[in-house]
Amino acid sequence: MIRFDAVSKQFPDGTKAVDELTLEAPTGKITVLVGPSGCGKTTSLRMINRMITPTDGRIWIDDQDTAEMDEAQLRRGIGYVIQHAGLFPHRTIVANIATVPMLLGWGRRKAESRALELLERVGLPASYAKRYPAQLSGGQQQRVGVARALAADPPIMLMDEPFSAVDPIVREQLQDEFLRLQGDLGKTIVFVTHDIEEAIKLGDQIAVLRGSGNLAQLSDPAQLLAHPVDDFVADFVGKDRGYRALSFQQSPQFPLSRESSVPLGATPEQAAAAARDGWVLVLDADRRPLGWIEPDRITAPVRSEMLARGGTVATAGGPLRNALDAALSSPSRRGVIVDDQGALLGTVRAYEVLAEIEERARPELDEADLERAGLRPVEETPE
Amino acid sequence: MINRIIAWLADVAHWQGDDGILRRLVEHMEYATTALVIAALIAIPLGLYIGHTGKGRFLVVNAVGAARAIPSLGLLYLAFFWLAPRLSGEVAFLAPAGLVLVVLAIPPILSGAYAGVEGVEPAARDAAVGMGMRGTEVMRHVELPCALPLILSGIRSAMLQVIATATIAAVLGLGGLGRFLIDGLASQDFPQTASGAILVAVLALAVDMAFALVQRSVVSPGLTGRYGKVSL
Repeated sequence: MIRFDAVSKQFPDGTKAVDELTLEAPTGKITVLVGPSGCGKTTSLRMINRMITPTDGRIWIDDQDTAEMDEAQLRRGIGYVIQHAGLFPHRTIVANIATVPMLLGWGRRKAESRALELLERVGLPASYAKRYPAQLSGGQQQRVGVARALAADPPIMLMDEPFSAVDPIVREQLQDEFLRLQGDLGKTIVFVTHDIEEAIKLGDQIAVLRGSGNLAQLSDPAQLLAHPVDDFVADFVGKDRGYRALSFQQSPQFPLSRESSVPLGATPEQAAAAARDGWVLVLDADRRPLGWIEPDRITAPVRSEMLARGGTVATAGGPLRNALDAALSSPSRRGVIVDDQGALLGTVRAYEVLAEIEERARPELDEADLERAGLRPVEETPE
Repeated sequence: MINRIIAWLADVAHWQGDDGILRRLVEHMEYATTALVIAALIAIPLGLYIGHTGKGRFLVVNAVGAARAIPSLGLLYLAFFWLAPRLSGEVAFLAPAGLVLVVLAIPPILSGAYAGVEGVEPAARDAAVGMGMRGTEVMRHVELPCALPLILSGIRSAMLQVIATATIAAVLGLGGLGRFLIDGLASQDFPQTASGAILVAVLALAVDMAFALVQRSVVSPGLTGRYGKVSL
C-alpha cells in the first residue's frame, strides 16, 4: 500500500504542482492517476520514489515513511517504467533487464538467467537478448522497459505514461499483455496517463486530478463513468459514458437463437438452404465464426474473400458492451456469441441485449468515493 | 626537388644515432603523449563533472573558444620567460613546451567530455536514477560509456593538434621532429625541412588511424550501430 498524506510540491519558481494530495494506492491493485497536462500526476508519481522531493506532507509505503529511507535503496525496491523506455543504448537487452539485479549484487549469472526469463515473460524471443535497444521497435523497447522494471521482483511498480509513445494498435497489445501480466503478478501499481480510455481499461481505481494535483475524484472505473462528481470530471471522462460503462457489466445467459451455418466451400444452394433472412454464418473446422455471407449474391462455392467481416464477436458471459457491439456490428443484425474457445454458441439481437440493460440498475453512487476525494455529495448536473 | 627529399629520407644515416629520425620520433611522441595524458587527466574529469551537474557550463564554452585563439608560439615564449628563471636544467625548457601543448590539448578533450555527458539521452539518465543508481553509478554505468564516442573524438583531435604543434619544442632547443624543421631552416637545408614536415604529417596520420581502431573496439556497438552478426 502506498499512502499520500497531505503531500504538496511547490517548485522554486512558486508554481504549486501538487497541493495537499491525500490518496491511497491499495496493495496488489492498479491505481491510475489521470488528468490533463500540468495536473501534477507525473510529479505525484515521481514523489513516490523521491525523484522529486515533496515540500510538504508524507508518503508512506506500508508503514514506512519514504522520506526516512535511503534514496537508492527505496528506488531499487520499486519498478520504474517511463514513457520512452529509457533503455541504456550501450547495453544489450539482457544487460538492460539485469540492471537492478546487478545493482543488488545478485551476480552476473543469476541476473542474466532472470533477465532471460523476463524477456520471455514480456513476449520477446530469446534471440533478442544480445541485441541493442536501437535494433528494437518502440513497442519492443517498451516491453524491455517493463521487463527491466520487473527484474528484481519489486512489490511496487511506478509507470509514467509507459504506452503513450507507441502507435494505437501496439498500445492496445501492450495494455492487454500488461493486464495479463498483472493478473499473474499482483503488483501494487501506480500508473500515470493522460488518456482516460487507458485509465478506464487498466485501472482498478482511478484518481482524476485537476490543475495542481487537486484530487477531483477517486473511484473505480464503473463508478467514474456512472457518477462523475462534477462538470470537470464529467467533461474529462468524455462522451459515450453510458455505452462505455457497459464494459463493466457482465452479460447474463442470453436466450440465444440457434444459428445454422455452413463451412467454407459450401455451394450457393447449400448456403441458401441454411440462410435465415438472407444471411448465413460461415464457420471454420473448429466451429469458429469467420464471417457472414448472402447466398443470393454468390454464384460459386463460398471462399474466404467473399465474407462480410464487419461483425464483432462476443464471448458468452463477457461484458455487455461486447454483446451489444456484436449485435450492432453484425451485417445480419444477429450478434454472434461464442464460448471461451471461440466456437459458435448462437446469436442475440440488439433489442434483447438492450432489454437486459434496461433491467439493470445503474451502479449506486458510492458516497465513500466522495469523502475520499474530500467532497460532499453533489447533485449531478446534466451535460 | 622531390628526388632530393626522397634521397634525404632514404639515407640510412639520417635515421640512426642521437639526432637521427628514430630518436626524434620517440622524443616527439614522448612530448605529445605526456602533454596529452596531463591534459586528459585535467579535462576529462572536469568535462564529466560539468556535463553531469550542469554547473560551470559557461566555463566550457568560453574557455574552449578563448583557448583556441591563443597563438602557440607566443604562449611558448611567454611561458619560457616566466618559467625558465624559476626552474633549472632541462626542465626549464621542457615545462614551457609542455605547458603550451597541454593548454592546446585541453579544449577539445574538455568539450568532448562535456558534450558527451550532456548528450546522454535524458530518459536513460532518468531511468538510471529511478532504478536506484547513485551519482557515481550513473556516471560509471551510463554517462561515461554513452559519452565515450565523443570523449574519444575529443582526445583524437587533441592528439592531432599536439603532434603537429610539438614541433615548437625545437624552438627552445629541445628534440622531437621539430629539430629537422628548425635546423633545416637555419642551414637552408630544404630537403631536411621538408622531410621533417612530411614525417610530422605521416606520424599524425598513423596515430590517428591507430586511434580510430581503438575507438572502434572500446565503444559499444549499441552506440555505433556496428551490430556485427547479431543484426536484424
